[in-house]
Amino acid sequence: MKRNTTIAAASVLALTASAALAEGELNIYNWGNYTNPEMIEKFEKEFDVTVNLDGYDSNETMLAKVQAGNTGYDIVVPGDYMVKVMIEQDLLEEVKPNEMENFGNVDPKWVDVWWDEGRNYSIPYQWGTTSFTVDTEVFDGDIDTLALMFDAPEPLKGRINMLNDMNDVINAGLRYLGYGRCNGNPDEMKEVLELLMKAKADWRTMDYSTIEKLTSGDVDLSQTWNGAAMRARAQRPSLKYAYPKEGFTGWMDNVAVLKGAPNLENAKLFINFMMEPENAAMTSNFARYANGIKGSEEFMDAEMLEAPEIVMPADAPDPDFVTPCPQEVVDLYNKVWTRLKQ
Amino acid sequence: MTETSLSAAHREAQARATRTRYGLLAPALIIILAISILPLGITVVYSFLEPGTYGGVVWNFSTDAYVQFLFERDIFDDTLTFDPAYLSIFMRSIGLAFGAMIGTLILGFPTAYFIATKPRNQRNFWLFLITLPFWTNLLIRTYAMLLIIRDEGFVNISLMKLRLIDSPISILYTDTAVFIGLIYSYLPFMVLPLYASLEKLDFRLVEAGYDLYASRWKVLRHVIAPLAKPGIIAGCILVFIPGLGAYITPELLGGGKSLMIGNMIAIQFGSSRNWPFGSAAALILMMLVIIVLLIYAASAGRGRRTHG
Repeated sequence: MKRNTTIAAASVLALTASAALAEGELNIYNWGNYTNPEMIEKFEKEFDVTVNLDGYDSNETMLAKVQAGNTGYDIVVPGDYMVKVMIEQDLLEEVKPNEMENFGNVDPKWVDVWWDEGRNYSIPYQWGTTSFTVDTEVFDGDIDTLALMFDAPEPLKGRINMLNDMNDVINAGLRYLGYGRCNGNPDEMKEVLELLMKAKADWRTMDYSTIEKLTSGDVDLSQTWNGAAMRARAQRPSLKYAYPKEGFTGWMDNVAVLKGAPNLENAKLFINFMMEPENAAMTSNFARYANGIKGSEEFMDAEMLEAPEIVMPADAPDPDFVTPCPQEVVDLYNKVWTRLKQ
Repeated sequence: MTETSLSAAHREAQARATRTRYGLLAPALIIILAISILPLGITVVYSFLEPGTYGGVVWNFSTDAYVQFLFERDIFDDTLTFDPAYLSIFMRSIGLAFGAMIGTLILGFPTAYFIATKPRNQRNFWLFLITLPFWTNLLIRTYAMLLIIRDEGFVNISLMKLRLIDSPISILYTDTAVFIGLIYSYLPFMVLPLYASLEKLDFRLVEAGYDLYASRWKVLRHVIAPLAKPGIIAGCILVFIPGLGAYITPELLGGGKSLMIGNMIAIQFGSSRNWPFGSAAALILMMLVIIVLLIYAASAGRGRRTHG
């Protein structure tokens, strides 16, 4: 509470210091259904700013719109690799969150990340894993293996949904075969294609709407994100999120400020606001992912703190944060993907 | 003197008329230019450029997008080999769109005939029922179809309650589901032009056919079908062309395992980051549509000559 008053005081100072703040607006462009409205309300009250919120469904959609220019947005929430792309493309403002007051709250493990070394542009928003979740009443064997997707046991044949995502599907295939990520080796990629083609016969769908597919009973296994798995489990308690021994993807979405943001000072206030444990916890309670801000646990819903989707078992491999691949590799992946779906 | 001033006045009036004409045409011309020619021009230009690393285009002339459609460049020695992947996506789309066209014709013809033979004052009611689904968004109608044919949906639950089947039939997320969805979405496009033709049909000709001892089949083939031909062709085109570019139906009902043209074009602008190829594929699709329309124009022209 005390810290809040200090920020409020600081912001009042900032407000008087900069005339450009007179408008008192902030335009946020975030993934759809990913921003806690109560958190936004709190920010509006605390700083007397009107927040406008707009949504996107993929990093690529957001990038395309930002590249087109003149969006009027101040804040975006790109995924890890997209932060790197946007820094390279000179689309993000170097707002130096690492010099802000609340930066000490950021878990040190999320400071020196490959997509923004030392955090000069962005701060953690939410992070999670991409693995799969399976109905343990339908299949009661060991679930912590990718074999369930690529060499499906009898009860799961034809009952599988994969993400309709080139990278997630190919990366899972590469892990199952034990090959490296961003793989430009044509022979190994040929093996991946053969693996995927064979496995596809047992897949029912390839779709992003994983919660709906699982809860409607269309499938019994779905590749999915941990937060989505948790939401699906709320409606279908026999679901269990797997931590495959071959590995799984980790990802982090990050709050960043766009270059030429019309409300730059408010955007900076928002970045600092989001490093406040209570506010980070509000986002987690809404979106159901972990947030990377120390001390947020005490504000989080009790069920989040013990959810098997959030708390990884000690023997699970570390999540694998996949870097963006060079264009030749993207081209090769595209060919594999088109063949898979022809 | 008077003659020249007269003709000058005449010229002046003519010029003014021309100006007015162009002035009145301007809004229409601007709209055509802005929403049709300009985007199309951008698409054509983009299709001859190189893809940018993170989407967008690089301004270097290249025909790779068109080459890529049919051939695959070998990763080792740069030789071109024939690659049927994209072609097979086109063939699947053509197959599904053609199937939907035949399906809607089989369902739509009796429907249109039924409406056309109703008393005049009742026809509007039946037409109203045909157009009723249009009041709802296509996305919602497609979701409704999804709920009807899913494993735990209306069809399967009813069949199981009636003990006709023991376990649900998997219809959803197959090509069959896409086919059903396309027929459902585009049926009105077939019924309405067919009705327009059949309504004008002189049923005394049908009676005359029967009087001359023609069987029902013969009357249909030699009397009704030729007279309804413009409606049949118009209906087929109205179903086939949008069916070819369908996006929502295969996306929702097909389960995303196999692509149709529309979905393939969409991913070129997203995860595949290849705008030139997306543009080229869109133009190739448009060429296909134009060919279909040319065939239509040719057959319609022939029809006029024989009747004239």
